[in-house]
Amino acid sequence: MFDDFFARALAGGIGVALATGPLGCFMVWRRMAYFGDSIAHSALLGVLLGVVLGIDLNGGIILMCVALALLLLLLQQQRRLATDTLLGILAHGTLALGLVGISFLQSVRVDLMTYLFGDILAITGRDLIWIYGGGGAVLVATALIWRPLLAVTVHEELARAEGVRAGLVRIVFTLLIALAVAIAMKIIGLILIVSLLIIPAATARRLARSPEQMALLASTIGAVAVAGGLHGSLAWDTPSGPSIVVAALALFTLCHGGAALASVFFGRVVDSARAEH
Amino acid sequence: MSALRDASTDPLTRPPQDVVEGAPLASARDLVVRYGGRTVLDRVSIEVRRREVVSLIGPNGAGKTTAVRALLGLIKPDAGVVHHAPGVVVGYVPQRIEPQELLPLTARRFLAMAGRRARADIVAVLDEVGAAPLIDRQLSDVSGGEFRRVLLARALLRNPDLLVLDEPIQQVDFAGQFAMHQLIARLRNRRGCGVLVISHDLHLVLGATDRVVCINGHVCCAGEPEAVSRHPEYISLFGPGVAAALAVYTHDPAHRHDHPIAVAPVKDGSPDAGFEPDRAD
Repeated sequence: MFDDFFARALAGGIGVALATGPLGCFMVWRRMAYFGDSIAHSALLGVLLGVVLGIDLNGGIILMCVALALLLLLLQQQRRLATDTLLGILAHGTLALGLVGISFLQSVRVDLMTYLFGDILAITGRDLIWIYGGGGAVLVATALIWRPLLAVTVHEELARAEGVRAGLVRIVFTLLIALAVAIAMKIIGLILIVSLLIIPAATARRLARSPEQMALLASTIGAVAVAGGLHGSLAWDTPSGPSIVVAALALFTLCHGGAALASVFFGRVVDSARAEH
Repeated sequence: MSALRDASTDPLTRPPQDVVEGAPLASARDLVVRYGGRTVLDRVSIEVRRREVVSLIGPNGAGKTTAVRALLGLIKPDAGVVHHAPGVVVGYVPQRIEPQELLPLTARRFLAMAGRRARADIVAVLDEVGAAPLIDRQLSDVSGGEFRRVLLARALLRNPDLLVLDEPIQQVDFAGQFAMHQLIARLRNRRGCGVLVISHDLHLVLGATDRVVCINGHVCCAGEPEAVSRHPEYISLFGPGVAAALAVYTHDPAHRHDHPIAVAPVKDGSPDAGFEPDRAD
């Protein structure tokens, strides 16, 4: 079945979407979109690290993403710079460092476009093992920290007063984001990774009544976006990664636009939008 | 998951032995907290015993919430000792919590986060705080006053030995305030828990409190409500009008600088924490 490049792409993309759906919800709830983006931008530096150390490039990416994530957690403790400033500096600083560093590499040719925008059609069987192994680990870990992470997300001090070890939970969550970024890199590239985490989750919000529903829906919507984007990419010969994001965007617009239209025609806003008053 | 919860404070796993009555459930001694260069708390002491309602009062910015957060172990004081009796379960109702509109969460689900999940328990505790109809409502849809009740319910669901309430009647209507006073008294009497409450509410402070600690960066005075209400530092903090509203008889404000005497706690037994014997500068 996976002899066909398209089937492999579909399987890989859907695997990534399923694994990142619940994490994406937490990124939305915790307002960490830019945090995830900064981690993703450091991935190129991770490629460089992998080449220099002579290890698997995925390993290099994970190492670098984890290092940056922990650095961010540390730097957020200080009060001199606002978090968004800090994230901007690290996101673009690490991307620029990665680009400059890679230009020094004489021996290895690194295809930048692959890392920046992904190359889902070039997924190999080995990549699939990597995606399903890593993605499965991310899902299991997310399920394991689900309750305490949710408690910390709703109100950190309350959770801590009730005995949840918020610091530990936050570190595990951050490591999971780093892992997810490394897994999704091949599919969609570091520039667009966060959209694959954020857009399905934001779409799911409109339809969900509980956190678990929202996580499940986010995974499903992400998978649908991958399938739709890939088929569109094949039909119209468009770049695959961006096509997936466009598909996700279309679902988001459909869902939120549909709800807004319903409120106009039926005089009331569907479910969650009541919160907006 | 259990590894992510501190077993000693989890009501599901805590050891069965009860807390010895008389010893403080939680105490903080000589807390010093600094933010940047500013000293927010200067040698503040608080303690709460079983069946005791302690009110923490003071003007805005006096460090009340900071003191409570230190007592709960949420911040690490720069100096001082915080001690909890072994096995004490704390129910905490924070002052502010922003319901997140991005996170779909019903009141029932929010309460289930306290650790016990049986629906009957949740229904019972919501009933106790008069918020039963809210059980299946999304938190993003409840009002500020309603949300405070849900928060209180979550604290009670843990079956706490010590209940810590930060401004419990903010945004609560008058009937709700009365109910809150009754509830606090009932909790103390029936459940036997200690209550620490930060409040500006003079009725609560006078009516339902065993002991008042008045702070403004430092402990100004501490003792029984009437005694504190006559204390010069208290009067200079809140003004003679407010003080008179609370005091059983009025103290002549003109004398306040001549009598910088701390109030002796009238309770029998050991000397009170929070009591500073000589604050004459």
